[in-house]
Amino acid sequence: MTEIAAAMPEETASLGPLGVLLPGGAAAPDHGAPKKRLGIFFWICAGWIGLIILVALFANLLPLPNPDFQNFAAPQNGAPGWGHLLGTDDLNRDIFSRLLFGSRVSLIVGFGSTAIGLILGGIPGMFSAYRRGRVDTLLNTVSYIVLAFPALVAVIAIGSFWGHQLWKITVVIGVFSAPLIFRIIRASTLSYASRDFVMAAKALGASDSRILAREIFPNILPTIVSFGLIAVAGVIVLEGTLAFLGLSVPPPTPSWGNMLNEGASLLAGGPGQNNPWLVIFPAAAMFSLLFTLNVVADKLRSHFDVTEVKL
Amino acid sequence: MGRYIAKRVVLLIIIVFFVSVASFFLVHLLPGNPAVAILGPNDTPQNSAILNKQLGLDHSLWVQYFIWISHVFRGNLGQSFTTHQTTTNILANSFPIDIELIVFSQLMAFAVALPMAMTASRRPNRLFDQFSNSTAFGFLALPPFVIGPVLVLLFAVHWRVFPGPASYVPLTQNFWSNIHTMLLPSIVLALGSIVLYFRLLRNDLISTLQEDFITMARSKGLTDRRIMWRHALRPSSVTLLSSAGVAIAGLIAGTFVVELLLQLPGLGFQLISSINQDDYTVVQGITLVVAVAIVLIQFFFDFIFTVVDPRIARD
Repeated sequence: MTEIAAAMPEETASLGPLGVLLPGGAAAPDHGAPKKRLGIFFWICAGWIGLIILVALFANLLPLPNPDFQNFAAPQNGAPGWGHLLGTDDLNRDIFSRLLFGSRVSLIVGFGSTAIGLILGGIPGMFSAYRRGRVDTLLNTVSYIVLAFPALVAVIAIGSFWGHQLWKITVVIGVFSAPLIFRIIRASTLSYASRDFVMAAKALGASDSRILAREIFPNILPTIVSFGLIAVAGVIVLEGTLAFLGLSVPPPTPSWGNMLNEGASLLAGGPGQNNPWLVIFPAAAMFSLLFTLNVVADKLRSHFDVTEVKL
Repeated sequence: MGRYIAKRVVLLIIIVFFVSVASFFLVHLLPGNPAVAILGPNDTPQNSAILNKQLGLDHSLWVQYFIWISHVFRGNLGQSFTTHQTTTNILANSFPIDIELIVFSQLMAFAVALPMAMTASRRPNRLFDQFSNSTAFGFLALPPFVIGPVLVLLFAVHWRVFPGPASYVPLTQNFWSNIHTMLLPSIVLALGSIVLYFRLLRNDLISTLQEDFITMARSKGLTDRRIMWRHALRPSSVTLLSSAGVAIAGLIAGTFVVELLLQLPGLGFQLISSINQDDYTVVQGITLVVAVAIVLIQFFFDFIFTVVDPRIARD
């Protein structure tokens, strides 16, 4: 059974892309390997995410009906067609318009909560790993305790008492994503904190904050970006789950989770009353965003040679 | 080893304490006064004073916490404001549904993921491996709240292979009809687990199959099947087992989604309807029980795993 030692989860898995660090020729890959490319698939996926972000930003400028407008001239649960590209929902609202405006909730919560998590978890993670000592031990234990909390239950409970406004959901999810981000950034920083170039900077009299910002940060940036994108996808799933349970931003605000909730609740009515498009379109939109985020994160990770870290 | 276990138990107690404090104080984050919510139109100063005394709300918060927690230890989680059922009773009726869903879905997940990973790892990067790998990657982007409604639309509403929402019958009442109803939600839950188990097991199997003892077994002339089952599988399941606790805890979000989707009266369904009715005692009770259950499941798997493989305790 000793062979499996390599597969054992290790606390401080090293994240170090060694090749990036070693000076010039020493780390040069053999047979003059061609420069790594991200590939066309990566750019298609990144482009799709960019398009969704653009549409979310400028949805107001597009020639769309108001997403909350109940157009009684339009059919209820109408099929896709020229008047309403993706049809209408049970309240005669335009599904296409609601879909485009609904992307805002996913994107704001996804990127907003991750940013909060990076500030609350990432910065302490870097300092904690660099300074070590008692503060590190304390923060480490605290992160374990918070991680053991079932995040979904905690977020549901806090939301139900505090309220379901967009910014509150963003803050609560951000706070609960901080311990995981803390652990990733801490493990990543640890693998650089005692490297020779850090020692050299120290010997030259560089201040701690300068070392963290100029020596360590550029090295852990690939980890931050690739794991950050996975965190964005994870947060979007959490918000979508909450919305599906009716515990995120309340209707009539359009969001993909809310639309899936409405579509799913109509399914109980049987074939006559349900609106399949109200399930299919938001599901497809959610899938496309999560899938492209996963692809981009995955390609970046292998491009920068970031190995998976065990938490 | 003993030290390691002792350390874990201390951590467990700390976590359970924090979980209980959090579940308790959440009620007091609520704007306003529970007595007002309960009394509604009968909210006179006299009535609310009596009710506050009955609910023990005239004590300080920490005293209230200790009264509450001592009730919890005696199995008394309070009573619903709306249905006057005890929370313990609600839990006893709904918990079995979650357990059934989790057991079913995990059986399905292993039945699919195990042969899939074995076939894929036998010839890495060949057709089947690439196909199943990219399929698994795609399914990563299909969480239960996305794939669930689509599967219900297809299999329950369109083709009517499975019963639709609100057709739950207790296991004790009609066994086969219960199984039939639970199949679809279990499939929704199983999909996520299949992806996870497949990815972990495939990676470990590929590295195990390159070990010397496998070459040794091959040179002795053992069949591929025997090598896979008797020699490669056990050492390759370490990562899988070590993540089982976290994986099962992660299923809770999925069970909430399918319960709401198909209106199965499980824990998630009860929790959400209590939230919608401002039934705070029940919310508090369910939150506490679910949170503690998840913490215990994770601890249990950690513990089992340390006993199976003592090297973990050494770190």
